[in-house]
Amino acid sequence: MKITVNGEELTLDTPCTVAQLMRRYDLADTASAVEVNRQLVPKQQHPERALADGDTVEIVTLVGGG
Amino acid sequence: MAQQLEVNLVEPLQLGPVTITSRLIVGTGKYETYEIMAEALDASGAEVVTVAIRRERLLDERGRSLLDFIDTDRYTILPNTAGCFSAPDAVRVARLGREILQQLDNPGKDWVKLEVLGDKETLLPDPVGTLEACRELVADGFTVMCYTSDDPVMAVRIRDAGATSVMPAGSPIGCGRGIANHAAIAMILQMLKDRDHGGNPDYPVIIDAGVGTPSDVTIAMELGSDGVLLNTGIAHAKDPLRMAVAMKAACEAGYLGYRAGRIAKRLFATASTPWQGLISPIAGE
Repeated sequence: MKITVNGEELTLDTPCTVAQLMRRYDLADTASAVEVNRQLVPKQQHPERALADGDTVEIVTLVGGG
Repeated sequence: MAQQLEVNLVEPLQLGPVTITSRLIVGTGKYETYEIMAEALDASGAEVVTVAIRRERLLDERGRSLLDFIDTDRYTILPNTAGCFSAPDAVRVARLGREILQQLDNPGKDWVKLEVLGDKETLLPDPVGTLEACRELVADGFTVMCYTSDDPVMAVRIRDAGATSVMPAGSPIGCGRGIANHAAIAMILQMLKDRDHGGNPDYPVIIDAGVGTPSDVTIAMELGSDGVLLNTGIAHAKDPLRMAVAMKAACEAGYLGYRAGRIAKRLFATASTPWQGLISPIAGE
């Protein structure tokens, strides 16, 4: 299946949850927030939230700002 | 006396569930390095620091992150919605920020510095979008610290929409012109804080944006503001560390000066030294 993560297309050969996607990017233990199709997915739901073909994922974090 | 002064200096400011003693809130953007930022935050004495929400970098080397340089046990983090040009976008970013701060268990997890911008050139707020987003976020349980222009009527509308603090811009973000319209800020302060104008002295008004120099901070505080939020004035100073110390001192000076009660302005002089006992006559008297 193909999903979009932070604007980049990603092809996955096997089923994938949000938690697995975060591990793939080495973000499992960082302070990040995740949206799937513009819906916030709280961290405690990452393990059971399965991704589907065509999903758009946003992974955000804190950066410097005023 | 010294002890009395100390008590006045540390009078806390209540911002919803957050209580702070330093009335200077500083941003974490635009610093040349994270190390300089961390030193400047420390020197500023700030207890609240603002941050922004952006995409994680996935493809390049992530390297170090902002949170490696901010002690989240020491600072209350105030996430902003900078870069949002519509109410739905700002609400979306605010919720993402809350999700991150909940993971950090930071005291700032339920608040947001709401910015809904009108355009990229002025970075002035879109009043309609600001009000819409403010209402929605308040309904969603957020403590809303609301960036606005120096329009007194808009300030009242934002307070009435449930914002915990109205934060008028002294002048456009990052411009360094200080308080461009003293009278407008004074009107906002009267309308929000003076009982004779329907205000409440405990309602916090924080000057946000445009501050370039320590004297700008002092003027904001001398007008009766509860605090000042700034970023560029320190981050882009030639020596950010020195400027952070100066901004801290300026904030305290203005705060104490306002509370001390200034003398009335007069057109003519009033002698500090007694006339009585002069040994030479004054010509013409």
